[in-house]
Amino acid sequence: MTFHSILFPETEESSRKETAEAPDCFIDLNLDQIVDAITASKQEYDLKPFFYTPLHDLDTILYRHEIMRDLENTALFEHIQAFAQKMRRMREHLAQAEKLYYKYQKERWFLDAVGLYCEAVTALARDLADVDLQSRGLLALRAYVTDYAGSDPFTSLMAETKQLQADLAAIHYCLLIKGSTIRVRKYEAESDYSVDIEETFAKFRQGAVKDYLVKFRSWPEMDHVEAQILELVARLYPDIFSHLDDYYISNAHYLNATIAAFDREIQFYVAYLEHIARFKRAGLSFCYPHVSSTSKEVYAYAAFDLALAHKLLNEKSPVVCNDFSLTGKERIIVVTGPNQGGKTTFARTFGQLHYLASIGCPVPGRQAQLFLFDRLFTHFEKEEDIKDLRSKLEDDLIRLHDILEHATTDSLIILNEILTSTTVNDALFLSKKIMEKIVQLDALSVWVTFIDELSAFSEQTVSMVSTVVPENPALRTYKIVRKPADGLAHAIAIAEKYRLTYHALKERLQA
Amino acid sequence: MKAFLMYKDQDFDLQQPLPPQAPALIQDLELNTLFNAMALGDTFLFEVAKKAILCSTQHDLDTIHYRQHILKDCLKHAALVREIYNLTVEAIDRERRHFLGLLSRYPDAILHRSLEVLQMFVSILKKLRQIADEHAAEFESEGFRRFFAMLDKELSDDYFAIVQQHLKALEFREGVLISARLGRGNKGINYILRKPPEREQNWLERLFAERAPSYSFTIPDRDESGSRTLSDLKGRGINLVANALAQSTDHILSFFAMLRTELAFYIGCLNLYGQLAQRGEPLCFPLPAPHNERRLTCTGLYDVSLALTMEQRVVSNDVQADGKDLIIITGANKGGKSTFLRSIGLAQLMMQCGMFVPAISFCANVCTGVFTHYKRREDVTMRSGKLDEELSRMSNIIDIITPDSLLLLNESFAATNEREGAEIARQIITALLEKRIKVCFVTHLYEFAHSFYNKHMETALFLRADRQADGTRTFKLIEGEPLETSYGEDLYKRIF
Repeated sequence: MTFHSILFPETEESSRKETAEAPDCFIDLNLDQIVDAITASKQEYDLKPFFYTPLHDLDTILYRHEIMRDLENTALFEHIQAFAQKMRRMREHLAQAEKLYYKYQKERWFLDAVGLYCEAVTALARDLADVDLQSRGLLALRAYVTDYAGSDPFTSLMAETKQLQADLAAIHYCLLIKGSTIRVRKYEAESDYSVDIEETFAKFRQGAVKDYLVKFRSWPEMDHVEAQILELVARLYPDIFSHLDDYYISNAHYLNATIAAFDREIQFYVAYLEHIARFKRAGLSFCYPHVSSTSKEVYAYAAFDLALAHKLLNEKSPVVCNDFSLTGKERIIVVTGPNQGGKTTFARTFGQLHYLASIGCPVPGRQAQLFLFDRLFTHFEKEEDIKDLRSKLEDDLIRLHDILEHATTDSLIILNEILTSTTVNDALFLSKKIMEKIVQLDALSVWVTFIDELSAFSEQTVSMVSTVVPENPALRTYKIVRKPADGLAHAIAIAEKYRLTYHALKERLQA
Repeated sequence: MKAFLMYKDQDFDLQQPLPPQAPALIQDLELNTLFNAMALGDTFLFEVAKKAILCSTQHDLDTIHYRQHILKDCLKHAALVREIYNLTVEAIDRERRHFLGLLSRYPDAILHRSLEVLQMFVSILKKLRQIADEHAAEFESEGFRRFFAMLDKELSDDYFAIVQQHLKALEFREGVLISARLGRGNKGINYILRKPPEREQNWLERLFAERAPSYSFTIPDRDESGSRTLSDLKGRGINLVANALAQSTDHILSFFAMLRTELAFYIGCLNLYGQLAQRGEPLCFPLPAPHNERRLTCTGLYDVSLALTMEQRVVSNDVQADGKDLIIITGANKGGKSTFLRSIGLAQLMMQCGMFVPAISFCANVCTGVFTHYKRREDVTMRSGKLDEELSRMSNIIDIITPDSLLLLNESFAATNEREGAEIARQIITALLEKRIKVCFVTHLYEFAHSFYNKHMETALFLRADRQADGTRTFKLIEGEPLETSYGEDLYKRIF
């Protein structure tokens, strides 16, 4: 098996698909925040295009699951990190070589970049040999890297690089500065003067004293005086420097394209695993979902909104997990209940889980079975745009029409508090019309609404309700549970909490 | 090089913290009067006296004797000791005038300053050597003999010659020789100043050696950035040497500072001696006894703080309290009880730091700590009741007091009715004695004092402020049974 890509098995016909723009659902589901957080420290790899590309075949998802599972082995993970670290330094060296003006400087940075590359490759080959691998992707990579690291071109590149580095490191020269003249010659074993001074005055040593060493700033560039000195050093050691010249020219294309691509693509996994490690430490679970492209029986236990959890963790607040499960003919979860009770979060969680599953990642939850959708549509209530001449209601309807036009039976539709800018009767009427269409599509969906009637629309709808603490209705649990919509007005409880009830206000206004 | 004039084998640490009971000691024993007499307005002398006296309770007998001998030498050669002290002060003052400030960013400036300071230090070290040469034989104490021998050995003429050579070489008349290697991007790194081969010895060798190739270039005068690079390179080269030299000057400075600090203690003693001798007050070198013994025998013991503030001679006492753990002092108000208690504390502290003491003769066991618990004025903050405050202070002392300590109590536990006060005192004092703590207690708590008297303890001594039949006081203490009245009536009569 030849190695192709760590993100796509070789059977994938349109290899290495990347998407430049985030899918439409990203903002509504807060997936943009999640991907931003995942990739924040990995800007150099340009990983977002991978996160923007949902997969449509189960085999690629499995291919990624296998690799993810292998990478959960900390030894392997650290090996990959070490490899990445060396490759990063190699790129920094190359960039530095690019920027510099003087020839011997460019050549030396280049030489050291190749040195780092050789180290990275040999270390990776050596490290992978010791790890137990199960995934098709990493097994193929190991075979490839082992082969490459043992190949003639690579081993001779490494030997030459090391020799040249050693030669340069051995250079030891002296500067005699007198007035404005600098004389350069080889070092002739003259003794270190500071040692002499220290010995002479050692008898006065009393205890720790101040450090008078001046910190000289150093930067990669040279000025003309340093360059001139370097030229003279090169004349003292002509063989070494002409070797350096040749090396620079003949090794311009040292970098292996497959290794370079692996270095970038593996970071997709590294970034994701690093991100979820924080949540795991806080006691939250992630699981590899069972993904199906046929069964719409989906469920997840102890699932949570990854974007919100990130925020809560920073604030050291607890994260509330929720379950959902659709069986038989059930397709549509209708969420009702008190405001600020976690309904939107629930809708997002449902969407996030499906999206993350579609890119082959473990999902936030203890156990999950999810559906491999063709498209994911969302419509969340938005602020009215003052520049937009259309009314909000009109806007809502246009957007919904758009969704229903493109959605198929394999699509996922998530609607959140739409049609609020009209009368209840209007909203009920319109909602029922839309519900009819979704039911007809038989598409999986979540619909957050204030219209209780929708929750018992047909045998395809499931009612879920945000809940409160029974003893104190003002206290939210952020738990969304499966039960009939009860239409209880919780607003009064919130009013009491803020002492805005009739009696409370009478009392307060008396003063 | 170490001064070792305070301890045989360790430096005197001026930065050491005062023991927690120090503020109470200063207040209760009027120690500032003593410190001021030693300092004569010099804040440094004051600081040293304070540290030496308050941190002296852990000293062994050897150290006390060591200092006593040095102090005796000082009394004999006061002028010479003051001269050495003044040399150290001069060195430190002149060093301070070589201000470095922002120039500390340039190795060149650091080197230059160090060279100047070193020249100055060398001249003072030479004077020190000269004093040693001329007068060392006149000193008898182990401390001074070691000190002068050290100067003789370490500051030899050869040594001064080597230093002089360095100072000259570091002017770099022949240019600066710096070695380097190639670092990242082939930039020079590890710049190290090298000692040029000594010409005189090597000229023959060099003549026959194959001339190694060398190349040179000169930076044109108008090339300012080039000149800056050059001086930067030079700076990198001499960085280590400048640091080594600057640190060396700091080491010599700290030698002077240490010598000054240790001598300052003896200068303080000389100052005090002068003032007391002028008043005709007796002074003696005390005989310290081991801490596990119980000794206190003295004649002519007086309160040095009081003596320094009074115009006339002050009352002195003779005490025979060898073998005693507990001294209870009762008797007339204004009868000299507090003065006596203070004189015991002061003499104890002075003895333990190696000083002479204000008495004709004095012998006491050393103790592991001196503590005072005196009646205080009402707490102005009203945070706690008076007994509360007293007991809280007592509790703080209990936290840190060790066996073989000395505790001086002055009218403690009087902030409640006598019966309760006596009971508290009885319980506390009994416990302290069992913990082998030596206690001197000035008290009006008759019931308490008498209950101890009735025990007929071998280890307890009862002193009474003397009062003659006509009610006048001698301010002398006599041995005797605690009496039920403290003659407050007398005082009342005298004032009204």
